[in-house]
Amino acid sequence: MAYDKFTVLKSTAVPMPIENVDTDQIIPARFLKATERKGFGDNLFRDWRYNADESPKRDFVLNNPIYSGKILVGGRNFGSGSSREHAAWAIYDYGFRCVVSSFFADIFKNNSLNIGILPVQVSPEFLDKLFKAIEADPKTEIEVSLPDQTITLVATGESESFFINGYKKNNMMNGYDDIDYLQSLKNDIKSYASSSVY
Amino acid sequence: MSKTATTLFDKVWDRHVIRHIEDGPDVLFIDRHFIHEVTSPVAFLGLETRGLKVMFPEKTFATADHNTPTINQHLPVQDPLSANQLKALETNSAKYGISHWGLGNPKNGIVHVVGPENGITLPGMTIVCGDSHTSTHGAFGAIAFGIGTSEVEMVLSSQCIMQQKPKKMRISVNGKLGKGIVPKDVVLYIISRLTAAGATGYFVEYAGDVFENMSMEGRMTVCNMSIEMGARGGMVAPDETTFAYIKGREKAPKGADWDKALAYWKTLKTDEGASFDVEYTYDAAEIEPMITYGTNPGMGIGITKKIPQAQEAGSGKASYEKSLAYMGFHEKEAMLGKKVDYVFIGSCTNGRIEDFRAFASIIKGKKKADHVTAWIVPGSHIVEQQIREEGILDILMEAGFQLRQPGCSACLAMNDDKIPAGKYAVSTSNRNFEGRQGPGARTMLASPLVAAAAAITGVVTDPRELF
Repeated sequence: MAYDKFTVLKSTAVPMPIENVDTDQIIPARFLKATERKGFGDNLFRDWRYNADESPKRDFVLNNPIYSGKILVGGRNFGSGSSREHAAWAIYDYGFRCVVSSFFADIFKNNSLNIGILPVQVSPEFLDKLFKAIEADPKTEIEVSLPDQTITLVATGESESFFINGYKKNNMMNGYDDIDYLQSLKNDIKSYASSSVY
Repeated sequence: MSKTATTLFDKVWDRHVIRHIEDGPDVLFIDRHFIHEVTSPVAFLGLETRGLKVMFPEKTFATADHNTPTINQHLPVQDPLSANQLKALETNSAKYGISHWGLGNPKNGIVHVVGPENGITLPGMTIVCGDSHTSTHGAFGAIAFGIGTSEVEMVLSSQCIMQQKPKKMRISVNGKLGKGIVPKDVVLYIISRLTAAGATGYFVEYAGDVFENMSMEGRMTVCNMSIEMGARGGMVAPDETTFAYIKGREKAPKGADWDKALAYWKTLKTDEGASFDVEYTYDAAEIEPMITYGTNPGMGIGITKKIPQAQEAGSGKASYEKSLAYMGFHEKEAMLGKKVDYVFIGSCTNGRIEDFRAFASIIKGKKKADHVTAWIVPGSHIVEQQIREEGILDILMEAGFQLRQPGCSACLAMNDDKIPAGKYAVSTSNRNFEGRQGPGARTMLASPLVAAAAAITGVVTDPRELF
C-alpha cells in the first residue's frame, strides 16, 4: 500500500501510560475478519474503549475529549504479541501517524514502518517527561522531525534524537515502499532461486 | 575463539541474503511461505492493485485455521465474515496456483502443525507466515518468524522480505527435568525469567541437555513461544531426532535427494567458540510445573508458588495492578486451589499428539469435574487420526470429554470457541492477554498435564499429585 509522506509532524498527543500494550488490545481478534483494509479505526482498543453493551468506557483515554492529536504515546513494550498488521491499520485509520514509546515489539515496529506510521523510540526518562507534560497540559504540543530524527516538547524545547535506518527514513519521507524496491531486484532473485537448495 | 566460528543462525541467515543495504535491512530470500485466511486477503488485494503476480507459487502453502469452527465442519460456516475469508483464501489460492488445504481437506489443520507433519518444514530453511507463532518451525533448525500483511505481499510478489538482522541470544537449559515437567513448563519458566520483552530484538538458539533430549513436538512447543518473550524466533540445531521425524513424511526429500539434504543438514550447528550477543543458562532442576497469573506470558510462576508482589515482578506498579485486577487475583495469593471453569487443550503450542498423550496420562480412569467445560482440539486431522488410532479418544470419552475438530479455536477465539467474560480457563495455548480467549475471559497458561489436572479436580492442581 502506498502511504502519505512523513516529514515533520507537530501535534498534541494522546497518552497511554500502560506497559506491554499487546496487539490483541489494539485490535481484538474478532475484528480481523475483513478482506479489505477498511474501518479498523472504529475498533481500535475496542475492549478498553467500550463496554459489552457498546457504551463508551468513560475512564479510557480515547473517550476523554481533552486528549487528541496524531501522536500516541504508549508505555514500554508497545505492540507486543500477534503479528496482525490490522493493529497498525487501526492506529493509522483512527488518525495517528506516530507512536512514541521507550520500547517497541519488533513485528509491530516493522508493520508500522511499512504502512506509514513512524515508531519513535525514546529513553524511559524522556517518555516519563512526555507523560508528565501531557498530564500537566493536555494541549502540550510535540514536534517529531523525521529529517532531523528528533522529538521535541515544543513549549520547553526539550528534545531527544531517535534512530531509524537510512533506507526506511528515505522510504517514509518519499512514501516509497519495500514492494517497489523488491520488484527492481527480480533478476537477482531469480538467479538466487535457481541455485537454491529448496 | 576461532575467527571462522559461526552460529547456526548466521549460517542460515547469511546463506539467504540476496542483498545487504548499507544503513538498512537485508533482502532475505524465503524458502517457505505459509498463509492462512486472516492475514492474507489484503495482501492479495495489494497484488491486484499493483498488477503483480505470485513469483513462486510452489513455495507458498495455504491452510484454513484461524476462524474455522471446531464442530460440524461438514456444514457451511455460519459466520458470514469467517465464511467470506475462507472463500477468499480458496479463491486466491486457486487463482495463483497455490496449494490450499481448506476446511474438510484431510491435510487441514493449524498452519504450524501441518507444515512440519507433512515434511514442508525442513532444516536450514527460511520460513515466514503472517502469524507470530511461525517461530514454531525453528524447532527444525530453520529461521522462521511471523510477518505482517505488507510483508506477506512482499513474499508473494518477490519471494523476499526486507529485515534488519536480529542480534543473537543463546539460552541453555542443562540437567534433567523432574517428573511431570514438560516442554511447556520449560518455556514458561524461561519467559518468566526473561519477561515478555526480554528477548525483543534477538533471535534465540536453544541449547543444552534439555533441548537435546527433547522430542520434536517438545521443541516445537518451546520455539513456538519464543515470540512471547519478544524474540523474532527461536531455533534448535537439527540432530538425529530431527532427521528421524522428517524421514518419510510426504513432502520430505526422498532417495538421493534425502542423502544430499542430510549431508547439508548435518552442517547446521553452532561452531565451538562462536559468539552470541547475550547468553542465559538455567538449571533444569529449578523448573516446576508452571502457570501464569497475569495478562502477559512473562507473568508465570511455579504452580506451588504464590503470586509475586509488583516490585518482585519487575513491572510498573500501575500496569501490574491493572493486570491482577483483570484476573481478579491479588499479590501473595496461592495459585493452587483456584477455581477453574474452562480447560482448553490445543493450539499451535500444544495441539500435537504428544500433548494429547500427556493429557490422557493424567485423566485415564478418572472423571472430568462436573463444573468444568473442556475443549479438546487437535492441531490437525492427522493428529485427530492419531488420537483415535492410539486409543486416546476412548480414554477421553470414558472420562467424560469430547474431541472437537482441528483449528486455532479458543487460543484466539475468532470462531465460536470463546471463554465467557469473567470465567477462568486453564489453557495450553500461548497468550493470556486480556480478552484473548473471549472478551473478559481470564486465562491461565499451563502445560497439558496441568490442564488435565485442572479438568479432573476443577481447581488449579499440581499434576504431580495425580500420577
